[in-house]
Amino acid sequence: MAQQLAAKEPTAEQIADQKIYKQFGVSDSEYELICGFLGRKPNYTEAGVFSVMWSEHCAYKNSKPLLRRFPTTGPRVLMGPGEGAGIVDIGDNQAVVFKIESHNHPSAVEPYQGAATGVGGIIRDIFSMGARPVALLNSLRFGKLDNERVRYLFSHVVSGIAGYGNCVGIPTVAGEIMFDEAYEGNPLVNAMCVGLIDHDKIQRGVAKGVGNPVFYVGPATGRDGIHGATFASEDLSVASEAKRSAVQVGDPFMEKLVMEATLELIDSGIVLGIQDMGAAGLTCSSAEMASKAGNGMELYLDEVPQREDGMTAYEMMLSESQERMLFVTEPKHEAQAKAIFERWGLHCAKVGKVTDDGRLRLFHQGGQVADMPVKALVDDCPIYNKPSKVPDYYLKNGSIETNLYEQVLDLTGALKKVLGSPSLASKEWVYSQYDYQVRTSTAVVPGSDAAVVTIRGTRKALAMTTDCNARYVYLDPEVGGKIAVAEAARNIVCSGGEPLAITDNLNFGSPEKPEVFWQMEKAVDGMAEACRLLETPVIGGNVSLYNENVKGAIYPTPVVGMVGLVHDVDHITTQEFKEEGDVIFLLGDTKAEIGGSELQYAVFGLTEGRPPGIDLDTERLLQMAVLGAIQRGLVASAHDLSEGGLAAALAESCFGRGFGATVAWTPNLRPDLALFSETQSRILLSAKPERADELASWLAGQGVPLQRLGSVGGNRLTINVAGHTAIVATVSELHQEWKDAIPCRMN
Amino acid sequence: MKFAVLVFPASNCDIDMFKAVEDTVGEPVEYVWHTATDLTPYDVILVPGGFSYGDYLRCGAIAQFAPVMAELHKAVESGKFVLGVCNGFQILTEAGLLPGALIRNNRLKFRCHPVDLVVENNRTAFTNGYCQGETIRIPIAHGEGNYYCDEQTLERLKTNNQIVFRYQGDNPNGSVENIAGVSNERGNVVGMMPHPERAVSELLGSADGVRMFTSVLNAWREKNGAAIGR
Repeated sequence: MAQQLAAKEPTAEQIADQKIYKQFGVSDSEYELICGFLGRKPNYTEAGVFSVMWSEHCAYKNSKPLLRRFPTTGPRVLMGPGEGAGIVDIGDNQAVVFKIESHNHPSAVEPYQGAATGVGGIIRDIFSMGARPVALLNSLRFGKLDNERVRYLFSHVVSGIAGYGNCVGIPTVAGEIMFDEAYEGNPLVNAMCVGLIDHDKIQRGVAKGVGNPVFYVGPATGRDGIHGATFASEDLSVASEAKRSAVQVGDPFMEKLVMEATLELIDSGIVLGIQDMGAAGLTCSSAEMASKAGNGMELYLDEVPQREDGMTAYEMMLSESQERMLFVTEPKHEAQAKAIFERWGLHCAKVGKVTDDGRLRLFHQGGQVADMPVKALVDDCPIYNKPSKVPDYYLKNGSIETNLYEQVLDLTGALKKVLGSPSLASKEWVYSQYDYQVRTSTAVVPGSDAAVVTIRGTRKALAMTTDCNARYVYLDPEVGGKIAVAEAARNIVCSGGEPLAITDNLNFGSPEKPEVFWQMEKAVDGMAEACRLLETPVIGGNVSLYNENVKGAIYPTPVVGMVGLVHDVDHITTQEFKEEGDVIFLLGDTKAEIGGSELQYAVFGLTEGRPPGIDLDTERLLQMAVLGAIQRGLVASAHDLSEGGLAAALAESCFGRGFGATVAWTPNLRPDLALFSETQSRILLSAKPERADELASWLAGQGVPLQRLGSVGGNRLTINVAGHTAIVATVSELHQEWKDAIPCRMN
Repeated sequence: MKFAVLVFPASNCDIDMFKAVEDTVGEPVEYVWHTATDLTPYDVILVPGGFSYGDYLRCGAIAQFAPVMAELHKAVESGKFVLGVCNGFQILTEAGLLPGALIRNNRLKFRCHPVDLVVENNRTAFTNGYCQGETIRIPIAHGEGNYYCDEQTLERLKTNNQIVFRYQGDNPNGSVENIAGVSNERGNVVGMMPHPERAVSELLGSADGVRMFTSVLNAWREKNGAAIGR
């Protein structure tokens, strides 16, 4: 039987002669290296195992030199990059665990399952650390909604996220979505999960203790998702459609059972090491667990539960069947572990043993079918420093004067256009499909600057957000990278939280293109600098390259997922105006910065020039001052100024409770530029009239420039600029533009 | 008084229901596994929301065969108070403990948002703390909450005053006559799609669900008034 199956596979000689390894994404030089590590030519199974372990998805071979530029430590960091997810201390023996991950390529060909399994994978990363998942977030990018295929992808991705997260019972509390031609054919689907853990429960994916048994738990292995990691490391093309079989199929019911059983197992204290089978399935989990313990591992593939007949070693090792975990315990605890899983109706199979020889050996149908050094698989993939080149478009943009655009005179009309732009419009159509309240801890629901989730039994809460303005990153990757981090932190602060740390998802085009590599390099430099200055280290993340379609690379999109600590639930703050008569303040200076703005896109149909600049010291000062004001109870509402500038921020602040506002302002700028400029480091605050003076003097004392703009009241938004009425509209007509934009395009 | 919160595989509002009991009435509450064969120690049995058995086949269709369900039937017959919320409501209709059925939302999408409910019957064990006709705000979160029953059943529901809640304003799922919750004839079993356990704190948006829990405590005290010597 073994020979029959093996006979269908190419021999080691055929793999070499016909360069079959190239189909796996292994280059000639990498193949030579593999032969060197093995001391012979790899057989089909070994070639497959090496190819997934050495894919960009698992080895970060094109991005590692860049990732090293991120700050990854800090006084609160308990675990940085390298494990399933990073961990940050939040006091009282508690810690928050979080990570973001992409499922872009699968979602491009099979949006429902692609998105669903993206959610499933990130949840497993969190509970395999021993943490209870408490919230999900996402960051999505699509083409324009006037394209039918885009609408299909958008609608099915949202359904997939909802279908999985809702069933598992983890609230999807926040996210961001942007629509732009740049993502047509290559949507981005990044999912983030946040969990809570007590310090003494933290788990690691290590295969400890020579001779200990290795257990497999979860549903049986099938042929789905084979070569998923390799698929994710190539450009999308017309032929990608044929790789639908590389997309896994999710079962959230199974995930829920595996999650509960795993947390119960960890709680029982008998787990020595545990890791989920994510990208590259059994291969990656076994090799990484052995590597982290400095050990080896033997796997007995006949013991692996299989849901299809006649699966080969190659297929079992490369399958990305979902909802599976690998763990190590001592032999004496085997019965206890099995009993826990049985209670949840799950099978737990002994599939291997920890060894001391540093090798990953696979046995199947009576013989050894693969024998590879663990270190070569995990650590010795060659790292590439790709050539980098400044793109022509960047140079050209340097001379474009966006401030010389013809003046926009109908500012009310412009505001409606901006509010009705799907990227800025209400996302209720999306988040009302997500159960954002299960677990009854969601204090700030989707739609505000950041979501806030309370921590039961304490006065604390967690604020969380995902952010990235990719137009800025495209126009200037370094500045855009800084802004992505700064804006995330600003959102956390506006919700009443102290920014703690970030997880990042670097979505870029092909690193083989020097212009794309330049974008990566610059964006990472910008993010790293912002992380250092804002004291929010990177505790983990994901890299997704080769996001290209027939028209070229996507906008460089380094998504930032940030979590902050709200020290007391009384500090929780939202963006909407609270009461008639409240005083409105604008914090920060406004410059004429229209490059990459929503006004430029929605009104002029352009994305060009340079994006807004950012001074990180100014940003830090602003954030600390606002957080201090919130903690002193001086603030009624806080909203960060971002897409659409002051005009959009004022309108959005009116929407929550339907209050209008009357403001007057005399900037030294053309009214259209002033109202829609996206200058950074600005926040809109409102305060009760009796606290307004105290707030103003607190902020002035902190060195924050501020202007008293006006007050909350009525049912209209009236904005006077330099003595003239610039914008006047009822809140309900603005609200309608904003609320209907997506449903009208989708229904 | 003792509460039970039933737990089926992939119940996911079990913890929320448990916490709501603790936070609203503070009476003893325990999780009861789907394989349990005795519900006699409990006075109130709460069937929580979630996706029992992955909602495979049909929402609640598999859960009705869980071992604990035979005990639930006995508990209902003996007059104990039973509340099914969301998936719990679906399970109770599948099990024949409540009339009607829950089908796919008319707009075919899962919907999560607060809704306004009118209390149509404040004489059940779970609604005696509300005023008749009062409007309360409680969140929904479901894909299959479209309550359906045939004409005859609807007539019976009306005659026996079994319609407990109706949606006010926008009907989120297309249910018959805006029905959001119903009771059995005797009034000791109530099922509803909205989640009262998610509305027990202003911090989380509404505290209008609190009285569902205080109501049943009142009902139990009234029923056992003599026994506990009041």
